[in-house]
Amino acid sequence: MHELSLIANLFEIMEEKAAEKNAKKITHVVLQVGKLAGVVPELLITAFDMYKKDTIASEGNLEIKEVPLKILCRDCKTEVVKDDFVFICAKCGSSNLKTLAGMELYLEKMELEVD
Amino acid sequence: MPHNKTKMKTKEVMVLEDLLGSNKKIADQIRKKLTAKGILTINLLSSPGSGKTTLLESLSEILTPEYKMAVIEGDIETERDADRIRAKGIPAWQITTGGACHLEAKMIGKLFPKIPADLDFLFIENVGNLVCPASFDLGENIRCVLLSIPEGDDKPKKYPKAFITSHCLVISKTDLAPVLPFNIEKAKKEALEINPNLKLLTTSAQSGAGIKELAEYFIESLQKIRRTNA
Ligand SMILES: Nc1nc2c(ncn2[C@@H]2O[C@H](COP(=O)(O)OP(=O)(O)OP(=O)(O)O)[C@@H](O)[C@H]2O)c(=O)[nH]1
Ligand SMILES: [Mg+2]
Ligand SMILES: [Zn+2]
Repeated sequence: MHELSLIANLFEIMEEKAAEKNAKKITHVVLQVGKLAGVVPELLITAFDMYKKDTIASEGNLEIKEVPLKILCRDCKTEVVKDDFVFICAKCGSSNLKTLAGMELYLEKMELEVD
Repeated sequence: MPHNKTKMKTKEVMVLEDLLGSNKKIADQIRKKLTAKGILTINLLSSPGSGKTTLLESLSEILTPEYKMAVIEGDIETERDADRIRAKGIPAWQITTGGACHLEAKMIGKLFPKIPADLDFLFIENVGNLVCPASFDLGENIRCVLLSIPEGDDKPKKYPKAFITSHCLVISKTDLAPVLPFNIEKAKKEALEINPNLKLLTTSAQSGAGIKELAEYFIESLQKIRRTNA
């Protein structure tokens, strides 16, 4: 359950950004979570709801955008979205691949209430 | 207040910040400082009981006294693993996470002043857990995942992140292979499918098989960072 410490990090970033914008409330938070981020989205939401009490986001909700795993074959230049974790190019068999997306654990955006 | 609320404006702000950014930043500083001192740092991770502490005990017999090593032990509770390492005459520091299932870079950062500058190897034994530690860079040069024969050969595909983010896979407790249905070749093949760059090694702390090869891999890696420093 490392989701709780990730949510603690999230709140640190959220509170910093909200203060910069003089926000009174954070009403909505969007996270990008890669397929290979190694977290369970449901647990992130549970942790968020536990953590938000008595914070600026006490009435906020967390939306999770799952990001598929996308790789590029450096040899034949094919780009594929994978649902398994087999890091071998299905077209040419090369293992010289680059991960383009799927590792994300990003705070994408939030909705604030300001005066 | 509903009255107040009507005066509020809603505003959307784009942020795009990594939740692991602060951990990564500390980890990069640790790696830079330790590498500059010529210390090779190894993060050992595995499920509980795969044989991390036993492997460190065996490695200490080969690496010392020629090389100087120290160990950071991560556990949820107790000093037991650190005591086992100290009994071998190796300096060890225990981090008890008090419930947390993984180590984070800032915990290593706190110990930083205690780490002697003349070390060759700094081993970090992570909390026994094949999932959570995989997300946290500790500033290591080498991440080494252990998979022991009793756990079964299907683990690389089931817990891909630990295997994808590691440099080295050690299949441990190979003395048990004859009595358990673990297919070492299958485990190796599947691990390479998810991470073609993995260095593969097999060890048995019981018989001593493969420990020397693992030590040699670490020694070569140490020489590599020192050559790069020079
Ligand atoms: N047969 C056999 N048993 C081993 C071997 N290495 C370790 N063990 C046994 O496996 C058990 C767990 O070993 P540890 O070294 O404590 O494992 P660990 O990964 O440090 O465990 P945690 O720190 O609790 O996650 C002990 O009973 C060891 O004696 C081995 O090579 N062969
Ligand atoms: Mg141990
Ligand atoms: Zn290809």
